Amino acid sequence: MTIYHLYIFDKLGTMMYYAEWNRTKKSGVSREEEAKLTYGMLFSIKSFVSKISPHDPREGFLFYKTNRYALHYMETPSGLKFVLYTDTAALNVKELLQQLYSKIWVEYVVRDPLWSPGTPVTSELFQTKLDEFIKQSALYSIRNI
Amino acid sequence: MSRQASRFDSKKVNAEFLTLTYGALVTQMLRDFENVEDVNKQLERIGYNMGMRLIEDFLARTSAPRCLEMRETADRIQQAFRIYLNVQPTISNWSASSDEFSLVFETNPLTEFVELPQDLTNLRYSSILSGCIRGALEMVQLDVQCWFVQDQLKGDNVTELRIKFVRRLEDAIPAGED
Repeated sequence: MTIYHLYIFDKLGTMMYYAEWNRTKKSGVSREEEAKLTYGMLFSIKSFVSKISPHDPREGFLFYKTNRYALHYMETPSGLKFVLYTDTAALNVKELLQQLYSKIWVEYVVRDPLWSPGTPVTSELFQTKLDEFIKQSALYSIRNI
Repeated sequence: MSRQASRFDSKKVNAEFLTLTYGALVTQMLRDFENVEDVNKQLERIGYNMGMRLIEDFLARTSAPRCLEMRETADRIQQAFRIYLNVQPTISNWSASSDEFSLVFETNPLTEFVELPQDLTNLRYSSILSGCIRGALEMVQLDVQCWFVQDQLKGDNVTELRIKFVRRLEDAIPAGED
């Protein structure tokens, strides 16, 4: 059991980064298409959740779960969106995403002068660090919230 | 591997180092553009670009939620000044509609050893700060105007930065499948 794949979107919905680890089933559409669909779905869920919520939604949408996998969502106030697919038993993915943001994204993307805001990330250092980070965390089976 | 250890044990830099580096930048720009207005514009632009990145670092450090109110925003900006420049500006002069306020600096770390020559009275030496605030706030969907109303370099007692809320930017909708 482990982490399947990760999307990072910016506030305009541009796919900034995609990485996969143990994803076995391909969606059958191109990566770009898939990213667009994912973003569209998340956007709809977000507005759905905020409209339908019986009280003021503080953090809004956090995750959804199917029988076979779970999707975890974190959005920063600056509109960056981290979307992580894990197995259904993963625990504390929220903290993991927060760490991913502050330790990997801010450190190796935001502080990289060669990255211009709003463009997909190509830095190899970021790729390596992200891979290490995910692999050493490798969330195993416990239940979320 | 200094990068690995660098995250939360935020490294301290002697403030004088920043002051002097910034001074060198301004001097160089004054040499490059003869027109002072251009320098102001460029400093503001550099600040804007810095702010756009700096906000991510700030959010990661403080894990603050999005601001819903200008008073929260003011507190956050004050906190950011404490983190990044180690100064504590005072928040004051709220407008009646609470959409405009001032940050008052007793000391401005950027201007520690600076005196403005007579012929440069139009230079807004610290406009990097206003650019920075504007860039950072734009990333969190707040469109603001930011300008100096008082400046110690121009003989005022304090440096006063005025911030005015213009509008809240909307979240982007995903591109449709026409």
